[in-house]
Amino acid sequence: MNKKLLLGAEAVAVAAIDAGISGVYAYPGTPSTEITTYIQNSAEAREKNIHSRWSANEKTAYEAALGMSYSGKRALICMKHVGLNVAADAFINSAITGCNGGMVLLVADDPSMHSSQNEQDTRMYGKFAYLPLLEPSNQQELYDAVKYAFDFSEKISLPIIVRVTTRLSHSRAVVVQSDKRPQNALNPSTQENSWILLPANARKNYANLLEKQTQLLEESEQSFLNKSIQGSGNIGVIAFGIAYNYAMEIKTTHALDCGVLKISHYPLPLKTIEAFVKNYKTIVIAEEGYPIYEELLPAYFPHTTFVGRLTGALPRMGELNPKLLGESLGITLPVHHASSDIVVPRPPQLCQGCGHRDLFEELNHILEKYEHKHVFSDIGCYTLGALPPFNTISTCVDMGASITMAKGAADAGLHPAICVIGDSTFTHSGMTGLLDAVNDESSITVIISDNSTTAMTGGQDSSGTGKLYDICKGIGVLPEHIHLVVPIKKNREHNIRILSQEIEYKGVSVIISQRECVQVAIRNQKKS
Amino acid sequence: MQKNYIIAGVGGQGILSMAAIIDVTAMNSGLYVKQAEVHGMSQRGGSVEAHLRISDTEIFSDIIPLGEADCIIATEPMEALRYIPFLKEHGTIITASKSLINCANYPDKEVLDKELQSKIHCITIDADAIALSCGSIKTSNIVILGAASNYLGIDEAQYIQAIKTLFASKGTDIVNMNICAFSKGREYKN
Repeated sequence: MNKKLLLGAEAVAVAAIDAGISGVYAYPGTPSTEITTYIQNSAEAREKNIHSRWSANEKTAYEAALGMSYSGKRALICMKHVGLNVAADAFINSAITGCNGGMVLLVADDPSMHSSQNEQDTRMYGKFAYLPLLEPSNQQELYDAVKYAFDFSEKISLPIIVRVTTRLSHSRAVVVQSDKRPQNALNPSTQENSWILLPANARKNYANLLEKQTQLLEESEQSFLNKSIQGSGNIGVIAFGIAYNYAMEIKTTHALDCGVLKISHYPLPLKTIEAFVKNYKTIVIAEEGYPIYEELLPAYFPHTTFVGRLTGALPRMGELNPKLLGESLGITLPVHHASSDIVVPRPPQLCQGCGHRDLFEELNHILEKYEHKHVFSDIGCYTLGALPPFNTISTCVDMGASITMAKGAADAGLHPAICVIGDSTFTHSGMTGLLDAVNDESSITVIISDNSTTAMTGGQDSSGTGKLYDICKGIGVLPEHIHLVVPIKKNREHNIRILSQEIEYKGVSVIISQRECVQVAIRNQKKS
Repeated sequence: MQKNYIIAGVGGQGILSMAAIIDVTAMNSGLYVKQAEVHGMSQRGGSVEAHLRISDTEIFSDIIPLGEADCIIATEPMEALRYIPFLKEHGTIITASKSLINCANYPDKEVLDKELQSKIHCITIDADAIALSCGSIKTSNIVILGAASNYLGIDEAQYIQAIKTLFASKGTDIVNMNICAFSKGREYKN
């Protein structure tokens, strides 16, 4: 028996290797990053020649995985919840094509927005695409679910979604591995029509997908991931995914007589739910995410009272926890030591020795003389430029939006229209926006704050390292308006001069402000 | 038997290494382990916490319920205080005495010490000094862990074994430094 102490994310990686994948495709994003890094560092994965290099973004990752599946091999795709917005086109249409080799999409949601800009619930995407979704509650289940998902995917010829949340992905527990399965041989799909989504084919495929729903529902109804614990009281809890842990924590610690039904497999197994609901007067719906099924279930069971996020029994937003589940069941957890009011927040900050710091200082100096001090920015460590002592940036919306928002603002007449984007974010989703700006000859100043890594998620390789100048030139930015500067104290006057001059240029300029991430530099130094 | 520990500090202080040592120690002792940790943005000099639960029966919640932590083990005193609502009535705090001030309005040291000592059974340790005596200030976190181990149960030998396993790739000197830090921390009397 092979026991390992694994993060949820690592349990996914080990399960995928054991399930015989030939590739993992991903773009880093908290809390999903550790899955791919685990596979990259695995000697076993190297021996098996498992592809694990980072993709430029989630869409390219999804499509590459689809190509591997087309060829008959198993592929894992990993991303954070907002990454699925980027990959959504490929994702939704892959439900119409179906797959050949087993294909599992692991999405890590971030309720409470620990490191994200929203708390969107991937279960919505599961319904939207009509694809099965698994939502395990602990690390062992997660390992078992991922292995099962690959088999099920091949059996039903559809991609399977596995949803985790921050708490499961970033929590460690002991996982017992089961048998390893060999990798698939090359076996390209011969079902041509199913992969060519011309309307005539797409209609047939879509009808086929709808027909499969009965089979998917049967699979949910008998899933090993669902679990019903009968209680003798009037209250039952339907706990989805990790909410089961909190419900059971309260039930066992306080010896409650409530029943608990754990649902971890969608489409929603309505028969299983009906069998549970009829035993109780009141049902607490505990969903780690949106109240998707709380909106739906009361219509099915009009004689039962449902409480949850929509009724105020649980908060409308944010992660669940034992305290909240306790309150929904009438238990108040004791606080023996009240919070101390002398404790102050300690927000994250840019590292000492980080190049973004010098860049923001330069920009603040330049902006002093302008009436409009707006800097469009993006997602990365440099988003911390929004906080003191810098207070430099004005926006952070979605990957790549800095360039396109600056362009739109310039179109509206805003001057200066400056944007700051990281190197990895630029190649993820910034390049196409730069092309729009070039074609429109927009008066924008694009600053690529290039630390040659994907720093915020822990320093993963960045797709554009060493290629940024050529990319910008290739997109059509005039070479005389592409500058390479190094953001260090002794270059400050020089950099300010270049930036000031380009801000006044009526067209697209790109300043690549390039200095290696200090964390990566330290790590590389230790290695050598 | 169930024990709940919050390990708290500031990004870069080695919170996750401390947690990893307890995890491995507990796993090798045949116990259930769950340890929820903070990654991502919080690593950049912000507050970092790990919730660590060990038990001889199945553990459900990855997060420690309010009021049920046996110990808060901290590498920084204000961070120790941050999590006191999680502490049991007669719980214990074991913390490094030295403040790390990288945020606005950090409390006055005397007020902070008074707050810690007046309310709770609190052990403060000059971990840096002990760590230095073992050869590197970087082992401060392991000094704290050593002191905390007196409250955690499990044989000392199991901890030493876990340290050897986890630091093996870094060489014998690093392993010995950490064992020294652990042992001196364990011997520390407030």
